[in-house]
Amino acid sequence: MLLLNCPYCNLSCEETEFQAGGQAHLKRQSVGSSDQEFESYLFARKNPKGVHFERWQHVNGCGKWFHIARSTVTLEIFGSYSAQTLSPPKQIRVNINKKLPEWRWESSK
Amino acid sequence: MSSRIPGHGGLVNSSKPLTFQFNGKELEGFQGDTLASALLANNQLLIGRSFKYHRPRGLVASGAEEPNGLVGLGEANSFEPNARATTTELFDGLVSCSQNHWPSLEFDIGYVNNYLSSLLPAGFYYKTFIHPRPAWKYIFEPIIRKSAGLGKPTKGKDPDKYEHFYAYVDVLIVGGGISGLYSAKVAAKSGARVLLIEQTPHLGGQASIDNPLIDQGSIAKWITELTKELEGMNNVTIKARTVGVGVYDHGYSLAYERLTDHELNLNGSRHRLWKIRAKQIITATGAIERPLSFANNDVPGVMLASAVRNYLTNYGVSIGDRTVVVTNNDDAYRTAISLKNAGLSVPLIIDSRPSGAGELAKTARDLGIRIENGKAISIVHGKDRVKGISLCDQVGSGTVLEEISCDAVAMSGGWSPVVHLWSHCGGKLNWDNELCAFRPDTQLPPTGVNGLACLSVVGSANGDLLIDDILRVTYEVTLRVIKELGLETNEAPLPSTKGIKENSISAVWKMPYGASTKLKSKTWLDFQNDVKVTDVELAAQEGFESVEHAKRYTTLGMATDQGKLSNINGLAILSESLHKDIPSVGTTTFRPPYSPISMGSIAGEARSELFQPIRKTPMHDWHDKHGAKWEPVGHWLRPYCYVQKGESVKQAVFREVTACRNKVGVLDASTLGKIMVRGKDSGKFLDMIYTNMMSNLKLGKCRYGLICSENGFLIDDGVVARIDENSYLCHTTSGGAENIHSMMEEWLQTEWWDFEVYVTNVTEQFSQITVVGENARRVLEKLGCSKICSDSLPFMGWVDEKVFGVDVRVYRISFSGELSFEISVPSNKGLFLWNEILSLEKEFGITPYGTEALHVMRAEKGFIMIGDETDGTVIPQDLGLDWALSKKKNDYIGKRAHQRLYMSNPERWKLVGLESTDGSVIPEGAYAIGLGENEVGQKVTIGRVTSTYYSPTLKKGIALGLVAYGPDRLGETIQFPTLTNSVVEAKIVSPIFYDPDGFKQNV
Repeated sequence: MLLLNCPYCNLSCEETEFQAGGQAHLKRQSVGSSDQEFESYLFARKNPKGVHFERWQHVNGCGKWFHIARSTVTLEIFGSYSAQTLSPPKQIRVNINKKLPEWRWESSK
Repeated sequence: MSSRIPGHGGLVNSSKPLTFQFNGKELEGFQGDTLASALLANNQLLIGRSFKYHRPRGLVASGAEEPNGLVGLGEANSFEPNARATTTELFDGLVSCSQNHWPSLEFDIGYVNNYLSSLLPAGFYYKTFIHPRPAWKYIFEPIIRKSAGLGKPTKGKDPDKYEHFYAYVDVLIVGGGISGLYSAKVAAKSGARVLLIEQTPHLGGQASIDNPLIDQGSIAKWITELTKELEGMNNVTIKARTVGVGVYDHGYSLAYERLTDHELNLNGSRHRLWKIRAKQIITATGAIERPLSFANNDVPGVMLASAVRNYLTNYGVSIGDRTVVVTNNDDAYRTAISLKNAGLSVPLIIDSRPSGAGELAKTARDLGIRIENGKAISIVHGKDRVKGISLCDQVGSGTVLEEISCDAVAMSGGWSPVVHLWSHCGGKLNWDNELCAFRPDTQLPPTGVNGLACLSVVGSANGDLLIDDILRVTYEVTLRVIKELGLETNEAPLPSTKGIKENSISAVWKMPYGASTKLKSKTWLDFQNDVKVTDVELAAQEGFESVEHAKRYTTLGMATDQGKLSNINGLAILSESLHKDIPSVGTTTFRPPYSPISMGSIAGEARSELFQPIRKTPMHDWHDKHGAKWEPVGHWLRPYCYVQKGESVKQAVFREVTACRNKVGVLDASTLGKIMVRGKDSGKFLDMIYTNMMSNLKLGKCRYGLICSENGFLIDDGVVARIDENSYLCHTTSGGAENIHSMMEEWLQTEWWDFEVYVTNVTEQFSQITVVGENARRVLEKLGCSKICSDSLPFMGWVDEKVFGVDVRVYRISFSGELSFEISVPSNKGLFLWNEILSLEKEFGITPYGTEALHVMRAEKGFIMIGDETDGTVIPQDLGLDWALSKKKNDYIGKRAHQRLYMSNPERWKLVGLESTDGSVIPEGAYAIGLGENEVGQKVTIGRVTSTYYSPTLKKGIALGLVAYGPDRLGETIQFPTLTNSVVEAKIVSPIFYDPDGFKQNV
């Protein structure tokens, strides 16, 4: 069971207090998008061996959505941050690079 | 024979005799016995029959690793199958029985399998039962199913209580042997909060049996004093009878405590499941001795050397009078020495190593014990118990050198560290050639949320076997662990010890090395699953080269012991057969639980009425008193109908529908979802959430709206009311309120966070009462409503009213097709208003109705129901709801999806009404068949029934369904085959069966 830090409550809580919402930083595709863009938005998800950005909601707590950066290999969590952003903040990227110097942020289309 | 030796047995109290039962026989044991030791004291060596060949089996071990000693415990509904005799504490009145035999333990018909063993090799059921094909279903499978499994569970309801327990500590220590105890002391002296758990009732572990010197004194004294010291510290908790069963992500740990199993009629919960969050975990889980693989090593009387020593030292029980010790390491010599010192006969120590043992060999020799180096057991003689052994060279094929008579064999194949918990959470293992075992790779430990080690291992679980190493490593590791927590101590100095140096173990996976097939086919690797050396060799030969495949093909390491004894020996044989080294073959995955835990402990308190919460409306008790037949809707309970005296459920529904259609009905609609959406961007937001336009809804008006997923599928519907300039009340389905509220929050927080909108789920804040029927308006007027005439409150409008001084809101909306008002009132006044309305029962002929009447009436009107007409693949266009999809809006959730090609495919099944030609009710969920067959020879389906009822209004069966080209085929007849092979014919009609012009809702 993961331990997640809710950035709004600033508390470390058990996974059962949260619900997972899948990959973070997806860009919504709607009217005007091509079939391929729309399909990718609806269904195509990354499955990296390494750093993954995820959406979580503190559903049995404050109710807020937020993002985390997590290693799918070691389950290490590099930090949590507001969902109201288009890319991971600098501090999160620094945290990741401390462990994985080669890693670079690539925004998803 | 096995017997009790007076004056021996540190754990038993011979002045406190206890009486217990085994297979109906009254036997006697002592306080402090385990069931296993008490059975052995009564010469009950035979304890069960093996799984496949039904061979007689006796106890092999003395702890959690025991594969054979599985018994049924207790009686009636408290009966527990597959309990381990070795971990069951004896109490007065204990009732036990053996398993897996018929008609009796001593005479078992299934033993015939033993003679057929050449017909039952590994994977035999995949090979033998293929032809003739029908025989599998009717003959083979029923027989195999009957013979599968070990003990039989009870069928009644478990009368015992179970509980969950949560603990948060700095350091969790698993295992109460000397390394666990010492680690606890070091951690506790630093000020850390420590929880130490031990699976047995006693602290001290293996050291308390072997009794090495410590600080110039006895280990027993050291253990007692240390335990006392720890118990006196208020930052330390010690729990015996508590086994660490699993370590999960980020170091979440589970432990299983047996609270009342060790006495008859103890009060309180039986088992407790601990859910533990520790900042650091230290496992001191010890090591398990491995058997040796020689022919007939499963005959009762062949036992692990450590178990023989344990039964003697702790329980004063000897397994036999003449015990041959066979080993590939020094430790087993301790058993020989203990037996000899207790006055028992040890005719021979057989040591497979040509150079033999170190200091311990000298001690044994001085006691006059004969030692044969470089030798092995060729075969064990005896059927129900050991009669003797044949001695041979360890090199060679097993030619007999000498026959030795004995009635017990103590074997030791070396020790395997218990690495289970280390491995559960991702810790890696290294093969240690010196130790002939896998031990934790301390460079790759399990890690926690911060990516750093969260679990460390000490003691023999780490592969340290010499007491000097054990305590030194424990000290170093614990200091490192508390340093992680920012703590330190120098108040727990390393005790002085001087362990006995031992010679290296030699790798002996088969005895003798060149054992003939005849011997190997009687050489057991896994006692519980009857897997022999030849089975693993066959698996390798047949291509099951991965250790995981070989496990599943042969069943090696499965079932209740999960291969605690057999895994290493099995994979050594596998690697030998594949001509690979052991590390490249690897181990199977260690998975929790370490040892079996009860299903009851997993359920904990979540059973019966505590299984899940029930949501009740304020009128719940009234419904209950008035004959409500309950229907679960999400977590709500709603009245399905109110059954009156002398009436059937069906008759009640008919009565309720008829009353609504002719007079007045009232419904408790409080469960309806109510979500308040407020803020200056509410209209803009709801235009994205709903498929139709909401921002242009006038004050005081209501509009029916649809909500789709981003995928375009219809997920909820309901009426939206415009409350004021910046607020809307969105009604959802009863089951959908939480989902829709959560969906709105998600979009607001994660996509449109620039919108100024606040959403609140007010479902439980308001009760809602629906008043339906021609006389509905008169009822409301009588209550004191003054603004509800058709001019001031037209259809799809709402007004605020005051009724008996209570503020209410009246919506004129209809889900029944009748004149209908929904009265919303603060929940604390819900029952009051309900009673006031029903006080007019006589005057207006008011009938309370339930959900079934609601469903029948909405079906008569062709209104869809989420979950009936929709199933997650249905879009609004399928249901003729195109009118509710705004063409004016640029975007809404689901709009892009509706533009996908398949969504406008004319072949999509569409909503129609269906009337059976004979007036009967079409079976629920029936499919309509067309002409022709599909590629697998099934009849083509062209539609299905989504709702089907008997209409008391129209006096015939009516149904809604989705049918290919349905709306274009009005008047055509289609066929619905039923489960009884008959066919119902139905005519395709308009989905609106009753009052198509909507006259009745507009009176």
